Amino acid sequence: MRSDGDRAPLLLRLAAAGGLVYLLAPLAIIFVYAFTTEEKSFVWPPPGLTLKWFAVAWARPDISAALLLSLQVAAVATALALVLGTLTAAAVSRTRFFGRETISLLVILPIALPGIITGIALRSAFSTFSIPFSFWTIVLGHATFCIVVVYNNAVARFRRTSASLVEASMDLGADGFQTFRHVILPNIGTALLAGGMLAFALSFDEVIVTTFTAGQQQTLPLWMLEELIRPRQRPVTNVVAMFVVAATFLPILAAFYLTRGGDEIAGSGK
Amino acid sequence: MSALDTGWTPPPQSLAGRLGDLFWRRPGLLVALMLLPPVLWLGIVYIGSLLTLLLQSFYSLDEFSGLVVPEFTLATYAELLRPSNFDIILRTVIMAALVTVASAIIAFPIAYVAARYARGKWKALFYLGIMLPLWSSYLVKVYAWKLILAKEGILTWLFAKLHISWLLDAILAIPGIGGNSLSVSYIGTFLVFVYIWLPYMILPTQAALERVPANLIDASSDLGGTPAMTFRNVILPLAFPGIVAGSIFTFSLTLGDYIIPQIVGTSRLFIGQAVYTQQGTAGNIPLAAAFTVVPIVIMGIYLTVAKRLGAFDAL
Amino acid sequence: MTVAVSLRAVSRHFGAVKALDAVDLDIEAGEFFAMLGPSGSGKTTCLRLIAGFEQPTSGHIEIFGERVEGVPPYRRSVNTVFQDYALFPHMNVIENVAYSLMLRKVPKAERLKTAEAALDLVQLGGYGARRPGQLSGGQRQRVALARAIVNKPKVLLLDEPLGALDLKLRESMQEELKSLQKRLGITFVFVTHDQGEALSMADRVAVFSDGRIRQVGTPEDIYQRPDTPFVADFVGSSNVLPPDLVERLAGVRRFASLRPEAIRLGGEARLTGTVVARSYLGPVTRLAIEAVGLKLHAIVPSGADLPGEGDTIGLGFDSVALHLMGTEP
Repeated sequence: MRSDGDRAPLLLRLAAAGGLVYLLAPLAIIFVYAFTTEEKSFVWPPPGLTLKWFAVAWARPDISAALLLSLQVAAVATALALVLGTLTAAAVSRTRFFGRETISLLVILPIALPGIITGIALRSAFSTFSIPFSFWTIVLGHATFCIVVVYNNAVARFRRTSASLVEASMDLGADGFQTFRHVILPNIGTALLAGGMLAFALSFDEVIVTTFTAGQQQTLPLWMLEELIRPRQRPVTNVVAMFVVAATFLPILAAFYLTRGGDEIAGSGK
Repeated sequence: MSALDTGWTPPPQSLAGRLGDLFWRRPGLLVALMLLPPVLWLGIVYIGSLLTLLLQSFYSLDEFSGLVVPEFTLATYAELLRPSNFDIILRTVIMAALVTVASAIIAFPIAYVAARYARGKWKALFYLGIMLPLWSSYLVKVYAWKLILAKEGILTWLFAKLHISWLLDAILAIPGIGGNSLSVSYIGTFLVFVYIWLPYMILPTQAALERVPANLIDASSDLGGTPAMTFRNVILPLAFPGIVAGSIFTFSLTLGDYIIPQIVGTSRLFIGQAVYTQQGTAGNIPLAAAFTVVPIVIMGIYLTVAKRLGAFDAL
Repeated sequence: MTVAVSLRAVSRHFGAVKALDAVDLDIEAGEFFAMLGPSGSGKTTCLRLIAGFEQPTSGHIEIFGERVEGVPPYRRSVNTVFQDYALFPHMNVIENVAYSLMLRKVPKAERLKTAEAALDLVQLGGYGARRPGQLSGGQRQRVALARAIVNKPKVLLLDEPLGALDLKLRESMQEELKSLQKRLGITFVFVTHDQGEALSMADRVAVFSDGRIRQVGTPEDIYQRPDTPFVADFVGSSNVLPPDLVERLAGVRRFASLRPEAIRLGGEARLTGTVVARSYLGPVTRLAIEAVGLKLHAIVPSGADLPGEGDTIGLGFDSVALHLMGTEP
């Protein structure tokens, strides 16, 4: 739906502009608060501006530990999701077999159901089988709901990759493995990259399932949650919040420029 | 052409090649092998966990010993109907419904302008305006609203600057939904819910609108339709599946969330919080499990209706 | 005479659908062979069985005397030019062409030289660095051709090779394919639904319909002496006369084919009919005529004195032009 030349009615433009302000202003405010000198309250406007909280946040060992754990969990969960999601997508798009729909449903379920259900289900399973909480219980939960984003990206690309490319490769002398390596993988590579990035972002930000599957360990979102419920040093939280927003800004911008001109709305897979 | 005169050569044989031959002859075997890891993972780890949980909901908690009695009973489900518990369900469903309606109203102009008019710089701005809030950290977004809604925060300041503090006070004085400050009122909870889930409403609506051909709108005005008639008879019906698709997200996500009402809002519980407290501090896993069944059932009904309305084509 | 490809009682069923039903066929070495038929007639399935993309439900296939059931495509001395060309989008032209050599671990310098030679052969020398997306339809088709012949297959299969090209390009490619086949001496098997293409290019043609081969023969055989009403109608839109009419005209109760260009308007009239449509085709004009309850076509030299729509005319033809076929429709 594109109509060239004409302009939106004034009321519509105002409503859309108001909506954009509502969407973007809260994120902008985060940036201002990171520089405030106020320690005890959320007073606006900030009484003064300072850079000292950046140094304080940088020196805090609990923050760097939480950040490191989050990165590790996201990396391992993404790797697992890439393998499992690609396998499922390949199997589902390769053949029509009995139960295909069931497989798709199985993959989508962990993200379709509210996170708290996935979380508590995993937790009660862990306690039923006396599995102690660890790095791996967090990864287990994250990989479960990350499979779907890899799967969605890969399955769409498999569908667009023409079947005759695989046949052409085999015709020219490549067996299944060689065809996978030389033809299929290069063709789905960018889809896997996109899916992997989404999975990483999803895992890095996840808090609801993680509260149920983590023991004593704190991922960055868990640290943040703790600060929200029982604030200790508000300005440090402000700095971390700003850092997290800035970190999402760059990939979103990159994705926009990479997919410009395409029909898909980049990132709409979340 | 001498370079081609060597004749057909077979590809070299290797061990992997022989395995490739096996898979070529038995494609079903390959598919089965590919599906084995994900099915084991999701089927055992995930579905297994869900079933364990579901099973727990048919157990009950012995009130004296505080231990779970592993005997089949519907008593725990009956407990859901107790006024204190039923209020929680009702409160959550009403909130989810209101959030969904509000999201649809706010999302539509944004999606419409983005789909129909935005170009160049404006297109980029709309893209960022939707994607940044979508992909920014969930907790940071909630945190931003805690800053905004705080008694000493920017909203109070803004109302004061515009000399309409009396309006804010009047809103906060409304019984039931008001409170001491916005950050401890239902209005606050509602605002944050709408903010957090809004992008999930905009995207499918925009996608549905992008599929409306511009010439359909031209045709309608060509046939004498006023803009209002075109909107009601052409644009809205075509965008409707997208809005329903978006509502699946806003409704489901609100039903299951337990962090937003915990940080911004009153002390009264929502379903997610009830699940959290029941399994955590109260140690009543059966009741927690029964509570989780509520959103599953509601979403089951919701999805069935949405499917009839054609929402899945718009996803 | 060596047989390049031989099919014995080959069937391919998809559930209840018999895509190919008990087909026997011998294709000779060095032959330019066409498989002609409407869509769904089984010609493409037949090609895919030879290439190895499908397996026969029953029957045997031999390629140069070797049984190939259960032999994967990558071990068959056969290469294919795909209808959609199936060029690898992530490789440039020379990498596409050299792909089969790369798999055979031919040293890089040698495989580039060989691939370049194959590109020269299809008149695309110097295009190696381009991506398939930067080429025109005709150029892609040539790349697909070069890629398929670079490893010198014993049989080259072409699936509707000219289907996606426009008319002018198609005509020049027809000649080029023909001369390429002569130079390489490879057996070419190509699938087409265009009878003109099949007749002009092939040494022999097999006509498919409903999963069976209706007739195999030289283009002249197929055109002049069709075995069945289907072949007569499909190859060159001949007039098919039903048995009772043929009994009246020639004294035998069989189907007969009468070519449109064999019909004369003057002279002794053997049938009378009414002109229902007239199309001017340049040197000739095609008339649609309703006669004895049939719709017949006649192709006559264009001229000033042709009858118009609604005119009643007499139709004449030589008895030898009436080609007798079987009694089955």
